Amino acid sequence: MEIGFYPGCSLNGTSSEYAQSTLALAKAFGVTPVEVSDWNCCGATAAHNLNHELAAALPARVLALAQQQGFSEILVPCAACYNRLSVTQHTLSGNEALQSDISEALQMPLSGNLRILNVMQFIEKYIAKEIPQKIVKPLTRKVACYYGCLLVRPHDVLQFDRTEDPQSMDTLMAAIGATPIDWGYKTECCGAGFSVSRTDVVAKLSGKIVQDAVERGAEAIIVACPMCQSNLDMRRPHIDSYLKMKTTIPVMYVTQAIGLAVGLSRKELGLEKLFVTAKHVA
Amino acid sequence: MSEKKGFIAEVKSETGVNVNRCYQCGKCSAGCALNESMDYPPSVVMRMLQTNSAENVSKVLRSQAIWLCVSCQNCLTRCPMQVDIPQLMDYLRVQALAKKTVNKKSKKIVAFHRAFLDSIKYTGRLYEVGLVAGYKARTFDLLQDLNVAPRMLIKGKLPLLPEMVKGKKQLKKFFR
Ligand code: SF4
Ligand code: SF4
Repeated sequence: MEIGFYPGCSLNGTSSEYAQSTLALAKAFGVTPVEVSDWNCCGATAAHNLNHELAAALPARVLALAQQQGFSEILVPCAACYNRLSVTQHTLSGNEALQSDISEALQMPLSGNLRILNVMQFIEKYIAKEIPQKIVKPLTRKVACYYGCLLVRPHDVLQFDRTEDPQSMDTLMAAIGATPIDWGYKTECCGAGFSVSRTDVVAKLSGKIVQDAVERGAEAIIVACPMCQSNLDMRRPHIDSYLKMKTTIPVMYVTQAIGLAVGLSRKELGLEKLFVTAKHVA
Repeated sequence: MSEKKGFIAEVKSETGVNVNRCYQCGKCSAGCALNESMDYPPSVVMRMLQTNSAENVSKVLRSQAIWLCVSCQNCLTRCPMQVDIPQLMDYLRVQALAKKTVNKKSKKIVAFHRAFLDSIKYTGRLYEVGLVAGYKARTFDLLQDLNVAPRMLIKGKLPLLPEMVKGKKQLKKFFR
């Protein structure tokens, strides 16, 4: 089965462990996502903040490439890319004039019916069923499943899980033996793209998330978005100084957590790339 | 009534957002994570636009709020009237740029977005080393992340060379 894979820029750079752990996990379950060749950046926040046409054109080229290369389905683990690609496909199919302008400018046909899967949808579809028989090392920890904004909103377009108190990641964590906690920050914003330009805002917003997880007894925060991961992990020194306490809770990708439980090595999963070590929990 | 003219009408025709649907319940502001840092919380932005006065519109276009909005979509998700504030904010930002009324305290945010687009303009993909270099050149914020970068390099999180997208020509016309 051929499923396309769009890593996007984060997974190609600062969050390479997310790509690494996603592909290692897929392989362990006999699935081989194939990278969409010559992909470009989805434009992230910058494009729709500054230039609307570009904001549609960048994801549109990715969608067109995927279809040109024969994929009917693509896996997009980065929540931000998943959101941009899905919103763009939705906008273009509802706006023929824009769709034909962009398609003409790109000189590529756009058809608007690519299936775009986020990492949870991918796991649910191709992996989840076989998890129970593959578990060798259950993750017997209390975990805080943190979804962030981009996986669940806007619901009209994404049609994924619930916008308040989503459950998909919690279910997967329970399946590998972990205990997902009830907490208040599942879909609160981490400060997103302000990591560099407003580090103070990230320290505060991400700080509140880390604090709630810790206070409710979580031993790890599980994420599915490279922006959330890097804000909660790489920005920990700023977070700790905002919180005025030293926190040691690691922030792992959902693919790393499942990978560990099914016996993949720390190296295969890129766990050594986390800034806040996960050694004490897994 | 002024509904049919002025900025409200412009917003409606450009974005489809009907500013007058907002009945000021305040739910958007209550749920907005950035509220505390904003000069005007989202419901106040809505109210100011509803007045349709040139003065209030100009205040909104000069505000910090429009640049602090991270498009998290929480407001839209919870708004009982489905007012698409994130889309409105996108429009307000583009207008502020066009009218050159970008809030002074928000220049770093804009510089970051610009540096981001510059980076993908030349290669088609984001090159993070180039992004931070470009941001520093635009803001003179030379010390930013001096302490994180070495650890990122050691952990193999920063590739040393950018990658080129072959079909980047196709995208060239969209960069203005
Ligand atoms: S939630 Fe909607 S109706 Fe309520 S104040 Fe905000 S925009 Fe207006
Ligand atoms: S989309 Fe913008 S205004 Fe709405 S809740 Fe998020 S940050 Fe606040």
